[in-house]
Amino acid sequence: MTDLAHLSTTLEQAIAGAKDEAALDTVRVSALGKKGSVSALLATLGAMTPDERKERGPAINGLKTHIATLIETRRTALRAEALEQRLVAEKLDVTLPLRPAPAAMGRIHPVSQVIDEIAAIFSDMGFSIAEGPDIETDYYNFTALNFPEGHPAREMHDTFFFNPGPDGARKLLRTHTSPVQIRTMEKTEPPIRVVMPGRTYRNDSDQTHTPMFHQVEGLVIDKSSHIGQLRWVLEEFLKAFFEVESVTLRFRPSFFPFTEPSMEVDVQCDRSGNEVRIGQGEDWLEILGCGMVHPNVIRAGGLDPEIYQGFAWGMGIDRIAMLKYGMPDLRAFFDADKRWIDHYGFRPFDLPTLFGGLSS
Amino acid sequence: MKFTLSWLKEHLDTTAALDEIVEKLTMIGLEVEEVADTAARLKSFVTALVVSAEQHPNADKLKVCKVDAGTGELIDVVCGAPNARTGLKSVFAFPGTHIPGKGMTIGKGNIRGQVSNGMLCSNAELELSDDHDGIIELPEDAPIGVSYPEYAGMDEVVIEIAITPNRGDCAGVRGIARDLAAAGLGTFIDPAIAPVPATAGPSPINVHVDGEICRMFAGRYVKNVRNGPSPQWLQDRLRAVGLRPINALVDITNLVSLDRARPLHVFDADKLKGNVGARLGKKGETFLALDGKTYAVDETMCVIADDEKVLGLGGIMGGEDTGSTDETTNVFIESAWFAPDAVAATGRRTGIVSDARYRFERTVDPETVMPGIELATKLVMDLCGGEPAEIAVAGHVEAPGTVIDFPLSEITRLTGLKLDFSEIETVLTRLGFAIEGKGETVRVAVPSWRPDVAIKADLVEEVMRIVGVDRVPVEPLPRLSGVASKMLTPIQNRRRLARRALAARGMGEAVTWSFISATLAEKFGGGQPELKLANAIASDMTDMRPSLLPGLLSGATRNQNRGLTDLALFEVGQVFHSDTPEGQRTVAAGIRTATAGPNGAGRHWQGKAETVSVYDAKADVAAMLDALGSDIEKLQIVAEPAPWSHPGRGGRIQLGPKVILGWFGELHPALVAEFDLDGPVVAFEIDLEALPEPRKKATRARPPLTLSAFQSVHRDFAFVVDDGVEAAAILRAARGADKALVTDVSIFDIFSGAHVGEGKKSVAIEVTLQPRDRTLTDEEIEAVGEKIVSAVEKATGGVLRG
Repeated sequence: MTDLAHLSTTLEQAIAGAKDEAALDTVRVSALGKKGSVSALLATLGAMTPDERKERGPAINGLKTHIATLIETRRTALRAEALEQRLVAEKLDVTLPLRPAPAAMGRIHPVSQVIDEIAAIFSDMGFSIAEGPDIETDYYNFTALNFPEGHPAREMHDTFFFNPGPDGARKLLRTHTSPVQIRTMEKTEPPIRVVMPGRTYRNDSDQTHTPMFHQVEGLVIDKSSHIGQLRWVLEEFLKAFFEVESVTLRFRPSFFPFTEPSMEVDVQCDRSGNEVRIGQGEDWLEILGCGMVHPNVIRAGGLDPEIYQGFAWGMGIDRIAMLKYGMPDLRAFFDADKRWIDHYGFRPFDLPTLFGGLSS
Repeated sequence: MKFTLSWLKEHLDTTAALDEIVEKLTMIGLEVEEVADTAARLKSFVTALVVSAEQHPNADKLKVCKVDAGTGELIDVVCGAPNARTGLKSVFAFPGTHIPGKGMTIGKGNIRGQVSNGMLCSNAELELSDDHDGIIELPEDAPIGVSYPEYAGMDEVVIEIAITPNRGDCAGVRGIARDLAAAGLGTFIDPAIAPVPATAGPSPINVHVDGEICRMFAGRYVKNVRNGPSPQWLQDRLRAVGLRPINALVDITNLVSLDRARPLHVFDADKLKGNVGARLGKKGETFLALDGKTYAVDETMCVIADDEKVLGLGGIMGGEDTGSTDETTNVFIESAWFAPDAVAATGRRTGIVSDARYRFERTVDPETVMPGIELATKLVMDLCGGEPAEIAVAGHVEAPGTVIDFPLSEITRLTGLKLDFSEIETVLTRLGFAIEGKGETVRVAVPSWRPDVAIKADLVEEVMRIVGVDRVPVEPLPRLSGVASKMLTPIQNRRRLARRALAARGMGEAVTWSFISATLAEKFGGGQPELKLANAIASDMTDMRPSLLPGLLSGATRNQNRGLTDLALFEVGQVFHSDTPEGQRTVAAGIRTATAGPNGAGRHWQGKAETVSVYDAKADVAAMLDALGSDIEKLQIVAEPAPWSHPGRGGRIQLGPKVILGWFGELHPALVAEFDLDGPVVAFEIDLEALPEPRKKATRARPPLTLSAFQSVHRDFAFVVDDGVEAAAILRAARGADKALVTDVSIFDIFSGAHVGEGKKSVAIEVTLQPRDRTLTDEEIEAVGEKIVSAVEKATGGVLRG
């Protein structure tokens, strides 16, 4: 039996010594292949007597099974070893910085963002958005809004005019968003609840005035709305817009041709630091103008002021954006300075909603 | 409008504190802009005696003084004033006092080796005047150690308020007092003005009016007056509100103007030639005004003239030549009424800002012409003596006498306020309105000084502002529906989505001016005469923009000048094709410069960014259109570049030749050079309003998803075509070869070179065939392949590569 034991030992050493799967396979073929040493032993069984076979058969078959098992075990170990080596070789430096995602580079201008914020708040109160052209007629910008002929605001000092047309009438760039009130009343059956954001123009320029700026106007027309409700709408809006627990407003009687009674509204704030904080402090900051729509304006809109009534208000979009987000200079809004846009702009997925919050 | 507290109290009997008055003024619509309380500001400065003043041992210009400030011991003070001298009485600040004119608090100190425990002050240091030549010199009999403002009688508080254009009556202290009394802050004091009898017979000077702008002109001749400086109280009063005292006669007109909102004018009667009155100006006439400037007048302006020449502008400013002087002995007082709009127009055209204009353009009470001249006469008699002649009057003006039928319910209807009749009555009566009746509707007569009140809503405002807007109860606006319905219109939504989509492509949103230079406007298809401003603010802001690109490109230039080369900017905004509402369109436009592709610019370890190409601009458009629900593959892309584009690298996006959505392309190199940009630059411009509105759907449900049970088959083909053949033509032909089976065609390789042939290129496509009801046989696949090859060859003139 020593020949079998000897063969087994030789093969065991060869298997253990195989450095890789190819070497192991050579061992396998040399033992278990057609011409392998173990296969040769198995072939001798056929020529044996039954007694010899009874004695040698189990031993030779046992050797075959033993060697096959050893080879498989060794193969598994070699594979694990090879994988281990590959993984070590494949190591990458995960600290290398990436290029920013496109959405991480893009920015929304504060004016667009604030218009979306305004829309989010007023949509909840059942308002829609109305719009009108930037190039207006004298009628819509002044006459229909109860500016008497010869009113100083019609004159050259703050209105941009175009040259007179063939009919002698000269068009102008709207000085406020109020013409949209008339255009809305002309084509909408009350109840009317609209906000009207848009570009407006005045021939004026310094740190807080630019020849182009943005306003938002609000208009409510029905058979019952009054100043008590106007106060509520403005308080709710300003509280929601500035994202504070409460705001304190001061309504001062004032004068506008298109409202009667008319008021200017101051919001209480703290101006002691570098920034204005709404909803606290002891200072007052004028923030908007408002009032009950003048009967002449309701009439100009094609409605009967004995039946319909309502209120309107207007404020600067750029201005409330500056107050909320702290931009110091209005002129920079229109400069397309990439550094300014990157700093003050909003991410494309900063969607102002009431359910998710106006700003993050 | 400035006034002092003591002046106000001549018309208002009140115990209210200053703070209360200031608060009330603002809350009834007379917005307080500034309160200057000099006495309170300077109360810690005291009168003091310079007991000795000796040369500072270490400084030529300084003196070492011993000062008696009434504390019982002498104080060492180093003083640099040239007039600091022994025996001088002046004003002293103890250490710890804030010096307003210096913006600092004086402390105990040591100046060049000498102790100094306080400061002797100049007028400039107290912000009383600009005089800083030396310390204040007080009379020898001044007491020592008393508060300086108290000693100097500086008890005046000056209040400045803003007057809205409708409140001419509050351009006088009396009107302000009336409003405050109505608001419950005291009792209005309003003594009647008694006519002054004429003792000098008929007026030697006759008057006349033009009747349109000047409706009434009254003049009174007073002879034998003694002019000269006005009394101290009058000078102090005018100085306190910022006016310079001139002489008694002029000061009287200013006093009446500020007190009664009734401007007047005085002429030296001896300098007048013939009669005086108001008429329209004539071209070529000029006059030398009181401000020392000469103004030209014309036929739109109302002038005051004698028989010889123009003397002044009616309601705005008098003339230098005929004004009163200290030597004036015979005076002619003018009290007239001018139409507000005309005064405002003339004021704007001449640029003259005056107290008279301020009042006349806000409407002066028309019924003050005669009382005004009587009050002035009385003051002239009181201060200058003299004998008045009879008043000469031309024309007539009176208030419209408006009476309003006022349903008291109107107050609740417009404001929500519920008030008792007695409160409404009290407020309106105190404001000077006369109420007739006691029922639900009363008749309200408007006083002459309130021409701004004409309708019911005006009365509502009067009541509300006086009782206070704070009393209006806050009430929620009722909801119109449970859950609010959709707010935005399709175009409003498109703008919002386009912005977010472009920002998500890595672009920054700019907002640029609606007006640009004429040169740029013309280059980008604008410059029409009806879109040019008549009064532009700057030469590069003259024309309404026909395109957003000039604004973005100018912005890119500014950025590049700051060193930022790689820029991806967009704007969503209005452009103007005509001056009609329809000519205004909403456009989305964007630019990319240098290497500012969607995945970042410049060098990076993963690979340097390529320079931008027309395909980046096309991809921006595709991403934006996708966000708007439009598939760019289903739109027509034609190789018709925009005028601003590189002629071979630009395309048009359209639904058909009539419905053009916009353009994309590489910017023409000539424009890149003109904007001084580091190129290349790619751009796009899409008209957001040109996209068709989505069809209204009956249901929100999507069509059912139909999936084939059979595997799709992919086949590749490569064609050799002429260089000029458009990819779209190959795709179109392949897709059309068998619309039932061919579900997708894509291009996966393009190359050219010598082995393909001169002027040729090879285009390789992958076709996806999707059988619906059974597996395709080899013969069927073969047949579709042949159809595709022949369709492409027919459409493009190309051949299948072997």
